[in-house]
Amino acid sequence: MSQLDTLTSIRDAVRSGERSATDVCQAALARIASLDPLLHAFNTVTGERALERAAEIDRHRDRFRGASLAGVPVALKDNLCTRGVATTASSRILEHFVPPYDATTVTRLRDAGAVIVGKTNCDEFAMGSSTENSAFGPSHNPWALDRIPGGSSGGSAVAVAAGLTPLALGSDTGGSIRQPASMCGVLGLKTTYGRVSRYGLLAFGSSLDQIGPMTHRARDAAIALGVIAGSDPADSTSASEPVADYEAALSGDVRGTRIGVPSRLLETGVDPEIVSAFRTALEVFASRGATVVDVDLPHAKYAIPVYYLVATAEASSNLARYDGVRYGFRDAQGELGAMYSRTREQGFGAEVKRRIMLGTYVLSHGYYDAYYLKAQQVRTLILRDYDRAFEHVDVVAMPTSPTPPFKLGERTSDPMQMYLADVFTVSANLAGLPAVSIPCGFTAASGRLPVGLQLTGRRFDEATLLRLADAYERDTEWWMQTPPIASR
Amino acid sequence: MPEPLSRAQVEAVAALAHLELDPAEVELFVRQLGDILAHAGELQQVDTSSVPPTFGVTGRSADRPDEVVPSLGADDVFGNAPDSQRATSAAQAGGGFFRVPRVIG
Repeated sequence: MSQLDTLTSIRDAVRSGERSATDVCQAALARIASLDPLLHAFNTVTGERALERAAEIDRHRDRFRGASLAGVPVALKDNLCTRGVATTASSRILEHFVPPYDATTVTRLRDAGAVIVGKTNCDEFAMGSSTENSAFGPSHNPWALDRIPGGSSGGSAVAVAAGLTPLALGSDTGGSIRQPASMCGVLGLKTTYGRVSRYGLLAFGSSLDQIGPMTHRARDAAIALGVIAGSDPADSTSASEPVADYEAALSGDVRGTRIGVPSRLLETGVDPEIVSAFRTALEVFASRGATVVDVDLPHAKYAIPVYYLVATAEASSNLARYDGVRYGFRDAQGELGAMYSRTREQGFGAEVKRRIMLGTYVLSHGYYDAYYLKAQQVRTLILRDYDRAFEHVDVVAMPTSPTPPFKLGERTSDPMQMYLADVFTVSANLAGLPAVSIPCGFTAASGRLPVGLQLTGRRFDEATLLRLADAYERDTEWWMQTPPIASR
Repeated sequence: MPEPLSRAQVEAVAALAHLELDPAEVELFVRQLGDILAHAGELQQVDTSSVPPTFGVTGRSADRPDEVVPSLGADDVFGNAPDSQRATSAAQAGGGFFRVPRVIG
């Protein structure tokens, strides 16, 4: 597979018969075999299953002639359940867990003709911004192998950036799709809360988690979203709002679209090269007829503490299920209580334990009001800020990450420093809004590293985000840049 | 605002969370969780006296009709259990047990 093979180009080639699904699959597997030892995008590669599925698609070409993802190789973050295929969330506690069912997104991808080639590395239980919290070792940024790819969906971002698969699914609780997309130079879409079924996603923060696509182009993301979006009886929080024709929304026309920029938020702590790439990107939109105006999000500066109190509280509750009884690792020594605590002590890594501890503390008697309840109240103010902003603008634009990808190991000893880097991404989760990160340039000072632009939209208005992203691609070439390793 | 975390508090929280932390981890969490909570202290500056909390963003009820639908079979349910026993009597066909260490002596 050449590195510029996009979802759309592969899909069209398989549909027309120009390429067989088997040929596409073999090429993807060969690329993974040659590059993944350097990148560690994958925890598991399901080569045999993938080739069987590809052969099935080739055998039943008529049935898949109109399929949205005919023959498209897909990588899935390893916290999405796959029947019969290990699903670890990059944790020792689930190292040998083989789900008895598929996540709804997995079923929908497969029904649309996609070929699942493997499960991607991530921070353990999606907790982290660098993939360094994986129990199986970090993934490497294809643009600089000694740097982080971002996280937590780092393996998925690497898979797309290095041309291993044209589509990957990630999950985003506080930026985990958008931040690695930004750091690897691909597009990552966090969907509106409820837009995509979470059934079969190993839960982290249930009021925040969403699944979304990572691709090279807006059109590819539009097609993938059309496949995975929609209500699902198995997820009571999935929304019944009609699924838009996202591909039809890609008109290239952004005239009159209003883009809000919270300039005050960008005044401190943002890498100057990132600010400069961001400002240049805004000019591209303006030259296409969009209007760029200032917006005020007065409570956005509180988003980090709100997020880390709410997300850890939800995590401490969700991860209580991993106790060595029904699935996963068990330390069988001692009586029942000791079995629980030893199993969890050995099965969870440092960051997961840190978050379970924090979440348990803020929910405990005497601290609930001061921390958890207070955070949920400030969350309301953050949400109202956005609602107010969307009375005047169609999207809010920010950089995705305040810094370019840092070197592996550079920040592991300082969790607070790591958390602060999520400053631009967590608000969309707290407010349940859709947000996309698109490639908008490169740094020079610390090497050629990708920079991402984030657009946040109104609830269920993914179409506007994708329309803007697509229009931007028409005037820029950032999306088609590939890392040197991809040309090997 | 509560005082910084003590060792005893960290140990009490670890017990609630079913985590058997080693002494070095307790020490580390006293410091790290203390730092994070100190940072979270800035939320106290925000006046939230008349602001309701947001526990979820959909604003819709998650109620659904209470209907029986197909679910996982016993083979699937017990397939990942570290220790389990399938039912042996005909009366419990399709059932079984997760086995755990003895609780009562």
